[in-house]
Amino acid sequence: MNLDEYKKIVDQLTPKENKSKNALIAFFVGGAVGVFAEIIVTVLMHCFGVSRTESYLWTCVIVIFISCLSTALGFFDNLVTKAKAGLIIPTTGFAHSITSAALDYKRDGLITGIGANVFKLAGSVIIYGILSAFFFAILGVIFYG
Amino acid sequence: MNYLSAFIFTGITCFLAQLILDNTKLTPGHVTSIFTMLGALFGFLGLYDKFISFAGAGATTIISNFGYSLYKGAYLGFQEQGIIGLFSGLLTKGSCAIASVVVFSFVFVMIFKPRD
Repeated sequence: MNLDEYKKIVDQLTPKENKSKNALIAFFVGGAVGVFAEIIVTVLMHCFGVSRTESYLWTCVIVIFISCLSTALGFFDNLVTKAKAGLIIPTTGFAHSITSAALDYKRDGLITGIGANVFKLAGSVIIYGILSAFFFAILGVIFYG
Repeated sequence: MNYLSAFIFTGITCFLAQLILDNTKLTPGHVTSIFTMLGALFGFLGLYDKFISFAGAGATTIISNFGYSLYKGAYLGFQEQGIIGLFSGLLTKGSCAIASVVVFSFVFVMIFKPRD
């Protein structure tokens, strides 16, 4: 069997991911997360009298609480594999990466395990978030004063 | 009406992210970092305020809001304290996400045992 034939067979046998289906799932799951967050905001504002800006912070904390809990319980991994970007782009993905890293390294101990590895995945978000925010803030100060 | 705009905004963001994931070799780590930096960029351009007034919690729940709140913290810090405010103010608004993630993940990981 020569190389070309081999490549053809590999191409045939590799499962093809349905890109449009993936994108649609991401759209609907992501949208559902947005609606869920908006519902929490409405409930907080009308039932607890929290101001709008403060209710955004509460929503952030509640969404993170739910995703940390469900990751630790073990069923969030499957959801993320199915919904992909629909759950990665909301704050749920950030919380999921930290909690699953903590779960994976729990057996290595508190310092060398959890402490050293928790930000393995989410660290890049924090680092590049801080760097870009810092430089854009300098630009903002120059442009807007 | 608010729910619809939240649905559309978050949905389209995730849709774009999924397109990037499927059509390039970037990993989810790359995509979340890019979206965080885009949040800071849109904050600088003044667009993110408009996103929030359009989509409400839909815009504050995605990871880009983290970049935006870091930018906002640094910018407002400069207004209050000058150059040192850039450093001391940077994490003030984004602290909510980091602190809650660390606290909740640690507590739950201590309570529950990892599967397999």
